Parts: sequence; structure tokens; C-alpha cells
Amino acid sequence: MKQFNYTIKDAVGIHARPAGQLAKVAKECGSTVTIEKDGKSVNATKLMMLMGMGIKCGDTITVTVEGETEEAAAKAIEEFLTANL
Amino acid sequence: MSGMMKFEGKGVYGAYAIGKISIFKRADNDVAQKQISDPEAELERVSAAKEKAVEQLQAIYEKALKEVGETNAQIFEIHMMMIEDEDYNESIENIIRGQSVNAEYAVNETAENFAHMFASMDDAYMQARATDVRDISNRIIACLSDENIDEGFPDEKVIIFADDLAPSETVSLDKEKVLAFVTAYGSSNSHTAILARNMNIPAVIGVGEDFAAEVRNGVLACVDGYKGEVILDPDPETLAEMKKKLAGDLEKKQLLLELKGKENITVDGTSVKIYANIGGLDNIGAVLANDAGGIGLFRSEFLYLENDDYPTEEQQFDAYKKVLESMVNKKVIIRTLDIGADKQADYFKLDKEENPAMGLRAIRICLTRPEIFKTQLRALFRASVYGNLGIMFPMITSVSELKKIFAICDEVKASLKEEGIAYNEDTEMGIMIETPAAAVISDRLAPMVDFFSVGTNDLTQYTLACDRQNSKIESFCDTHHEAILRLIEMSAVNAHKNGAWIGICGELAADLTLTETFLRMGIDELSVSPSYVLKLRDKVRSIDLKA
Repeated sequence: MKQFNYTIKDAVGIHARPAGQLAKVAKECGSTVTIEKDGKSVNATKLMMLMGMGIKCGDTITVTVEGETEEAAAKAIEEFLTANL
Repeated sequence: MSGMMKFEGKGVYGAYAIGKISIFKRADNDVAQKQISDPEAELERVSAAKEKAVEQLQAIYEKALKEVGETNAQIFEIHMMMIEDEDYNESIENIIRGQSVNAEYAVNETAENFAHMFASMDDAYMQARATDVRDISNRIIACLSDENIDEGFPDEKVIIFADDLAPSETVSLDKEKVLAFVTAYGSSNSHTAILARNMNIPAVIGVGEDFAAEVRNGVLACVDGYKGEVILDPDPETLAEMKKKLAGDLEKKQLLLELKGKENITVDGTSVKIYANIGGLDNIGAVLANDAGGIGLFRSEFLYLENDDYPTEEQQFDAYKKVLESMVNKKVIIRTLDIGADKQADYFKLDKEENPAMGLRAIRICLTRPEIFKTQLRALFRASVYGNLGIMFPMITSVSELKKIFAICDEVKASLKEEGIAYNEDTEMGIMIETPAAAVISDRLAPMVDFFSVGTNDLTQYTLACDRQNSKIESFCDTHHEAILRLIEMSAVNAHKNGAWIGICGELAADLTLTETFLRMGIDELSVSPSYVLKLRDKVRSIDLKA
């Protein structure tokens, strides 16, 4: 299992477009990606629930990646977050 | 309905339209609950409808890609993903199986539940997502009943009215037939509003229920997308006035078309740079649309005024980087913090002053609280590698201030170098000439900088001892006063003697009666609000300095 924290820098937070892209990255990475904020957690492939978390600029999320590809997947997710959010 | 009626909403794209209203009709789908005996058959209907809906969305995505660009088209990709969303589909399936009900009802219930989740969030941006869920669900429901939801448009050009337009409906509108659109609800954050701006369709949203109750198909209406006003059944006077505005607007757009891409050059071949003044990232579009050669004054205050606390280095860096990247190597002059006097932010905890115009403001705050200044300078220098940046300091009165500023700049650059962070060593450094003191000692200041930019508003108020916010003394405040013009000319001569360039970024820059005077002084750059760029270009091209 790989785990890391990330603080959202994008002014609008995880809104529709980046949520869609994140869900896509999570789906393609081959491992299970979970996003947690304030005790609520959601599978990152679940677009609607992910948008429903209302993650905003300045919020810190915990990302957990589990599965055979977790090493590479965690890296891909982190790169995506840094570049887009 | 009797007589003219005015309604207020929010204008999301500035333009005028006069025409007949056409009420947008959507297929009235039957979503009533019906008991069914074969849930598997219902689920198959859902999956066939979903497949058809995705096909339609793919077509809309491709249309949007052509008309509004990739960034704005992406929403339809998201819609396709939403249709495939696990929770969404599980909910539909559970309702069909658990309650033995029809597909239409199950999709509608699911849509309402998810829309409710978004609508109850405390974030306006997320609230607008409720529309997206309803949009995809209505599409599936329409596909279930084999109805086409995107047809039924009138033949003449009309103003479309709808309760609310879903993003897919907005893009599906035939642009050639739409004069404007008006919605009773909707927010300026909605994708629909964003799409309208990109499609250049005048739009007023949120005109309210009263409008919805009054409006009839075929009634004449005027749409003012600037003011966010819609007038139903205008009286002859109003109609004439609106026609005049519409004609003026078209003329302006014609001028734009004719002057776009042309040089700012006088009949005798003297050229001048025309840049734009902006106060936030929202205005970059206007800068580019009006063909400004660069940004002569980017007021960084908005970063401070919009926040409840000091903006972080990252927040500032992001904003500066964005403007530099958007302007693609065109000059962008960012003025450091100019707060105080009439611009206040509570968290600065500035004392109330007897005479704030002459008080602790602008560079004086930066030199008193260097940590605020350093944060901004770090963000600026870090952003300097993303374009053609100039940094400008306001309210300068002395050589020693400037020395202090440069010492702090050197400190910031040294620490960036130590941390291995890149910055552009050749970033142009300049000052505002907005105090009489700076103009008088411009011979001493010019050798220290790359450029001057004259702030005529403050220069006028300080030179003439006239409070610019006091309307009673307006007659004493002659903005063309010889003293001001002499100070500007003196600064220009001293700038050029020392290899610096000089611009004007105050209101006088847009005063067309002074353009020739400024050109004769040798002013190198005039920076005006984006909407004045082409008018000024037109003026410059009509001047002959040898005549």
C-alpha cells in the first residue's frame, strides 16, 4: 500500500473537469485509488462521488493506492495532482 | 401582458440583440412511476438508451470541439463518463430491481438524488453540477422513449428563452439562428454561461420566475448582455435607443475588424506601443480580443483585495505565471502592491489616517513590512521565466527608496539562486512617475531603471493639490494643466537621455485630445483599458507630426 497527502492548489478545487481526468487516470492505473478527506473516503474512479466530496482549494487529501501496480500508480496520481490541481 | 416590461438578470456575454422570443421546448418526457414485471427487460432498455445517449454526446462533443475549443468541449467527455459512473448505474439498477418500476422513473429518481447532493453543497461551483446530472439523465430518458431532444427550431433568427439551458442544449443550438439567449435560472458559473461566452452569443441568465410567467412566444424583446437586462415589448423610444446601441456596438466590432493586426503608426511613420491596463486574470481575454501589444499595467492588488488573508507565494506565482503564459512573450508589466488610500484590505490592519492619499500606502507599506514585499517579489521573479515580465514599483519619491527596493530584490534573487530556482536576470525594472517629486528628480531616477510609467491620476491630484474623489473641486482639477504636461515631458526627456523608455498608464493615456502632444514628447508607450486600445490605434493612425 502506498499513501501520501496532497494539498489542493487549484483555485476552484476538484471540480468537474479535473475530477473527470482524475477518475480516468485512476481507472487506467491498474490499482485501487482511494481519496480521503475529513474521514470521508471515496474510490477515485467514482466520478460523481468524487465531485460530491466538494474538495476545495487549500484542502488536504490523503491518497491511498493499493494493488499490483501501486508503485507506478501512486507516482502517476501524484504527478497528475501536481500538474493539474 | 400589457406595455413594456424590464427584467434584470446577469449578463454573461456583452452584446445587444433585438428580436422575437422563441420559448425553448424540450421533449416532455413521461417519468411517472409504473410497475413492471420484467426488471431484466427494463435494464436492457436502460443500457440501449445509454449507448444511444453516449453516441449523441460524442456528436455534441465533436461539434463543441469545433465551435468552442477543447477546454470547453471537455464537459461533454465528462458527461459521457458520468453516464458510465458506477454509483449512478447501481442506483438505477437498485431502483428498477428493488421497486419493480420502469426505467424512466428509476433514471429520473437517480438524477434527482444526485442533483440534490450537488445542490446542497456550499460551493456555487459544485451546485452548478446539479444541472449536468439532470442533463445526462434527461438525455437517457429521451432515448428511452425514442424522442429526439435536440430538434424543433424556428426558421427565423430568434432570442431563445428557457427555464435553464443544459450545456448540451446550448451547444446544440444552431448559432446561425440564435440572436441571444435568456434563461430564468442558472448561474454565471454554469458551463452554459461559459459556453455562451465562447460562442459569442449575447446572454442574460437568471431573469427570474416573473419573466417566465410574462413571456410569450413571438413577443418582441431587447437583450442587453452588458447590463444583464431584458426588455419585453419595448416602447418605440426604447426600441430606437436599443437599435442605436446595437448599431454602435456593430460599428465598434467593425472598427475592431479593420484595425486588428494593424500597426500603431502615425502618417509620418512615428510608432508607439499601445498596451492595456488590467486588474485581474478575467481581463486577459479582452486584452487579446482588442489586439493590445502587451499589458502596460497589471494591478496586482486584486490578489490582496479578493482574499481574507495575505495571498501566499504560490497563489501569486500561479496568477503571474498564468498572465505571462497567456500573453505569450508579449510584455507584461506587473505593478507591485498598491494598497492603501482608497483601496483597503482589513487584514493589513492599517490605521485610519487623516489623509490616506498621502499616507502609508503602496511602496511605503512594502518598505515598512518587507516580508509582504519579499513574498510578492519571490512570486514575480519565479514567474519571470514564463514570459516577458516587467516589474514596476508605485509611489516612488526618492533615490534612497529605490536603492532600498533594489537591495531587497537582490536579496530575493540571491535566495532563489541558492535554492536552485530559475528566474530571468533580464527582467525589466521600472517605476511609476506619479508624484511630482519623482518627475522633478527623474534625471536621477532614470539611470537606475529600465522604464518609467506615468500614473496621471495620482500625478494630477498631487501636483494640483486636488482630491480626485471630491466632486466639489472638479472645476479646479484641470487634467490638461500645463504643470502636469511639463512634468511628463521632463520625465520623458530624462528617460531617453539615460536609455530608459517611458509610458503612460493613467487615464490621460486614453485622452485622444492629448495623443498628439504625447507623441511629440516622444512617449514610447500608452497603456489604456482594453476597450480603448483600438480607438487609440485609430487616433494614432490619423496623426501627422510633420503636418
